[in-house]
Amino acid sequence: MAEFTLPKNSKIQPGKHYPAKDAKKPRTFRIYRWSPDDGQNPRVDTYEVDLASCGPMVLDALLKIKNEIDPTLTLRRSCREGICGSCAMNIDGTNTLACTKAISECPSGDVKIYPLPHMPVVKDLVPDLTHFYAQFASIRPWLRTQSATPDRERLQSPEDRKKLDGLYECILCACCSTSCPSYWWNGDRYLGPAILLQAYRWIVDSRDEDTGARLDDLEDPFKLYRCHTIMNCARTCPKGLNPAKAIAEIKKLIVERRAA
Amino acid sequence: MSTNAKDLRNPLKRARGLGSAQSGVGHWWTQRVTAAGLVILGVWLVVLVLGLVHSDYATARAAVAKPWNAVLLIAFLITAFWHAVLGLQVVIEDYVHTRWKEITLLVAIKFLAVLSVLAGSLAVLRIALGA
Repeated sequence: MAEFTLPKNSKIQPGKHYPAKDAKKPRTFRIYRWSPDDGQNPRVDTYEVDLASCGPMVLDALLKIKNEIDPTLTLRRSCREGICGSCAMNIDGTNTLACTKAISECPSGDVKIYPLPHMPVVKDLVPDLTHFYAQFASIRPWLRTQSATPDRERLQSPEDRKKLDGLYECILCACCSTSCPSYWWNGDRYLGPAILLQAYRWIVDSRDEDTGARLDDLEDPFKLYRCHTIMNCARTCPKGLNPAKAIAEIKKLIVERRAA
Repeated sequence: MSTNAKDLRNPLKRARGLGSAQSGVGHWWTQRVTAAGLVILGVWLVVLVLGLVHSDYATARAAVAKPWNAVLLIAFLITAFWHAVLGLQVVIEDYVHTRWKEITLLVAIKFLAVLSVLAGSLAVLRIALGA
């Protein structure tokens, strides 16, 4: 059966408390902590951060904690402007990018921060995305053509280029896939919203000549049809994209090429 | 979906698995076609049943015996159980991850649905044919 409860060694314990001294604008952050090295269960540590001396985004607070309070806090980050997807995590119950999520957007009360749901954890807020990336590689996400390679760039009409809008912006942060219950229960075989949106990005590209093979590869009860239009993907996408719509378009194309 | 450090296979091997089953669209399409059919047949059935609310047994029996009503009732039975099997199949595939249990359940619901349709159709036919 699908697992609905956490295994014993994943049950979360109460953690340490780091109070702020003389804070002008204190805000409390409750952060998931787990290390593979100490044999302990995961815990939730509580950090009080003085927002008077902190940047506006959740990532600013996390880096302030790491720099000034607890250097053992582990997280991924790189571009700090929502284009690399490294700092994807679950903030206040929603998967999003810590760098584009303002602390002021979090409802009053403690800001709760966990790693992306239902993924193996490497440490603290760092999930293991190996399988997610392997699934991306499995759709062979590059231009595939049969005709002879032209001497110049492959042309595309402005109308056809427009079809890539809402698709090319995907940064593969995995917020959508890890918000999808179908991906939680069947992520070993279901490709998930992010990878299916990427697959559609190549299916709809006017320059790609391998559309049929791409659809063949996706026509599978698990790879594609585990999508039950739950729509968590579209609700959580930090880039405002709609993977559910891309998946629906793939399903429509597969119907289109067969007799009703 | 835990990563196994002892697994020496490349992650791509795991992600590609057994490849595409090259099916699934039939299930998806049939589920939608039967759903559309059930909307029409469902409305018809509600109208038929509402019309019989205060009538006695003989009147109800006579209504079922009318050829069009009998045909549509059997059509409703087939469509409803067909749709139910397709829906249940999705739930079982989603949540039952022990292969032998999954296959047993998938086959069992199909047998049950066929039996139910046969039993229901026999009941309608007995009334319609006056047996």
